[in-house]
Amino acid sequence: MSAPVKLPRWAELGVLPLINLGVALVLAGVIIKTLGESPFAAFKLMATGALGTQEGIGYTLYYATNFIFTGLAVAVAYHAGLFNIGAEGQAYIGGLGTGLVCLYLGVWPFWVILPLAILAGAISGAAWAFIPAWLQARRGSHIVITTIMFNFIAAALMTYLLVNVLIKPGQQSPETREFSANAVMPAAHELFAKIGVTIVATPLNLTFGLSLMAAAGVWIFIWRTRWGFALRVAGANSTAAVYAGISPPRVIVGAMLISGALAGGLGLNELMGSQHRILMDFPSGAGFVGIAVALMGRNHPVGIVVAAVLFGALYQGGSQLSFDMPKINRDMVVVIQGLVILLCGAMENVLRAPLTLLFARLHGGKDTE
Amino acid sequence: MSKEPAAPPFTPPDAPPALELRGIDKRFGLVHANRAITFSVAAGSIHGLIGENGAGKSTLMNIVYGFHRADAGEIRVHGRTVDIGSPQEAIATGIGMVHQHFMLVENFTVLENVVLGVEGGAFLLGGLTAARAELGRLARNYGLEVPLDTLVSELSVGLQQRVEILKALYRGAEVLILDEPTAVLTPHEADQLFSMLRRLRAQGKAVILVTHKLREIMAVTDRVTVMKQGAVVAEVATCETTPRRLAEHMVGRAVLLHIEKRPAQLGASLLTVKKLEVCDRLGVVRLKNVSFNLRAGEIVGIAGVAGNGQSELLEVLAGTRAPSHGEISFGGCDLVREQIDPRARRALGLAHVPEDRLRMGVVVEFSAADNAMLGYHDAARFNRGGLRDEAAIRAACAEKMTEYDVRPCQPELRLAAFSGGNQQKLVLAREIDADPKVMLIGQPTRGVDIGAIEFIHKQLIALRDAGKALLLVSVELDEILALADRILVMNAGEIIGELARADATEEKIGLMMAGVRAEASS
Repeated sequence: MSAPVKLPRWAELGVLPLINLGVALVLAGVIIKTLGESPFAAFKLMATGALGTQEGIGYTLYYATNFIFTGLAVAVAYHAGLFNIGAEGQAYIGGLGTGLVCLYLGVWPFWVILPLAILAGAISGAAWAFIPAWLQARRGSHIVITTIMFNFIAAALMTYLLVNVLIKPGQQSPETREFSANAVMPAAHELFAKIGVTIVATPLNLTFGLSLMAAAGVWIFIWRTRWGFALRVAGANSTAAVYAGISPPRVIVGAMLISGALAGGLGLNELMGSQHRILMDFPSGAGFVGIAVALMGRNHPVGIVVAAVLFGALYQGGSQLSFDMPKINRDMVVVIQGLVILLCGAMENVLRAPLTLLFARLHGGKDTE
Repeated sequence: MSKEPAAPPFTPPDAPPALELRGIDKRFGLVHANRAITFSVAAGSIHGLIGENGAGKSTLMNIVYGFHRADAGEIRVHGRTVDIGSPQEAIATGIGMVHQHFMLVENFTVLENVVLGVEGGAFLLGGLTAARAELGRLARNYGLEVPLDTLVSELSVGLQQRVEILKALYRGAEVLILDEPTAVLTPHEADQLFSMLRRLRAQGKAVILVTHKLREIMAVTDRVTVMKQGAVVAEVATCETTPRRLAEHMVGRAVLLHIEKRPAQLGASLLTVKKLEVCDRLGVVRLKNVSFNLRAGEIVGIAGVAGNGQSELLEVLAGTRAPSHGEISFGGCDLVREQIDPRARRALGLAHVPEDRLRMGVVVEFSAADNAMLGYHDAARFNRGGLRDEAAIRAACAEKMTEYDVRPCQPELRLAAFSGGNQQKLVLAREIDADPKVMLIGQPTRGVDIGAIEFIHKQLIALRDAGKALLLVSVELDEILALADRILVMNAGEIIGELARADATEEKIGLMMAGVRAEASS
């Protein structure tokens, strides 16, 4: 009777995020204005920088690829009722797995390396997620705390490995030697060239397609298999899960393994696709952006892909902005991105109540029930 | 429930009503929760407010108590129009409310709880001394004796309720609202509550009793207002109506209050429980030395005040909680020793309709179709080639919905959108459909409206007549008496007595519920 009135689905998925984005842009506009630049010129620059040219689109989708993987990772855990803050660390260690395959099996042909690299990335990422998952399932250690800590441990471990073990001999910079040509992910412009279409060269590569396949796979798993069903039941109501014969600890471990494996996909894009070596801090915050992407995308693969492209555009548009507007430096761009994350992610419910009220008013008059 | 002759209400002639509501209207978005409600309660009377779940009773009382503000309408207290924006303002105008779930600080004493919020100064001592004297007076006037220096957590539920009433009176309540006050009481405690209410009436207080139990309305109220779908559908003097007529007002059609059933045809013993014992995490014994058996074709009712081990018994039998000792023999194995999990128990033919439907039996965010297969999601009929067979899942749900008259018949709809009765019918359909040998049922009609109660009871009797064994746990004594062939009474984790239905009376069961052991079986 006093059940909260729900927004219609289209408004929930379409209108609310747009309003949130709008508010974020207004706030960002105020900041840009304060810095003495024109907000409209700045936003136009961002938009054209991200989506106005082939090069911009290529970069946008390249960034989006990372966010799709980490967003999916966060979403799968979320459906099991877990808040995985550790996609960053899982992506880092997952990338290590991928990178090692590329470094040491680089003599093999690409189509042999690719599945091994995918597998190694997934297994390494999953392994890194397994420890917090097991601690949560068996010992009740809160997964938010443990996954955060595992980000630091991952960073420290990778620093050690890159500085002391994997570093290319005879150089200062803590990074490995370059992968062999066999272990390089085909770039988009190369693939298009094969079918006779010429596009500008960007870091966009085959991994984007793999990330879309991962999104489809996650959708099927979550909504179309009985394991996904069990995972959602355990996430929504663990008492009901026990009643239904589903073991919540097993779901926790299973969901986190999948989550970590998905985060591990980032290495394919970043290392095989773009850097062609293992280097320090290559996830560069994508694991955390994944949280915002999952939130904004309502933990649905389609929403995640859309949100990931939006965040990709923000990244690409932002770097364009810092190039062309001298008063807006790289840090200001981070502030703008932060505002979007804040409004669309953390505070997305702030505007829900007024919007719901508005819808109730609009519909209430006609309804006599 | 003894029926004393109603004392003539104390009302000075021509006095305005203690509480008067005029045209109260409230919407929550699309839901029209209260429609132009007008009713009044005279000082020195007990007024019953009755209606099905979702009829708008709670919304109305929450408006009176200041939790919600009405969209339209007027509230008058003793003839004066008041504007109540918060519970504090309600208390200031002399309205007190005793909620179904008590608002007490468990590790404070009774005295501290009563003065909480009205300490009267920065230092406690003065306020406490004054309060002690005032409470002594209240206790004498109304027969509300409570040990003032005992921690609330050490009081029985009945006494805790008394503390809530004292709190309201201490704050000067002239109008006292009680929301489902007997849900947690033994019949004896309920009787005590009613005599307390009669004393309040004699002192000129106005009491509003919100309930869905017709017997209570008949036993204690002077007038009764019936609500249905947010509107008042009847207001009558209690002595001029009957439970049957009230039920018809509530549901809008004739209802069977008693179900006919034929004598039980007992078959083989299906489930045997021996010396079951359960300790909770703190080491407190929740269930001790429970032994009984269930035979095909009978309904065994477990009576008892909520919290006396019934929930633990159901959970142990269903496999969601491990016992510390004992055996459960079912289907040729010992479920405890062999550690059979809930899913495997289901496969053996042990179905379970949990007591707390929303917490355990369903996932309200999910569709009805998903809920109609919860626990059976691994079954071959719901899967095809590694994926869920969505069409089969929907079809199975639609079929159950038609058969059990679940409305609206929309398998895609989120379960939260269904009423409690329809949710329960769906859970029942799910468990009955699995064709179990033994069915465990907890509170089958909790939060379920009268119309659906009739339907659910008929289904349970049909199940019994089909040769299944049913274990029925219910805190509604009426329900136990209506359905059970044999009654076990639980108190403090033990089965304190067993009665054949023919020997069972409310008084006998009530005594056992309160912990009085039966003399060598009657």
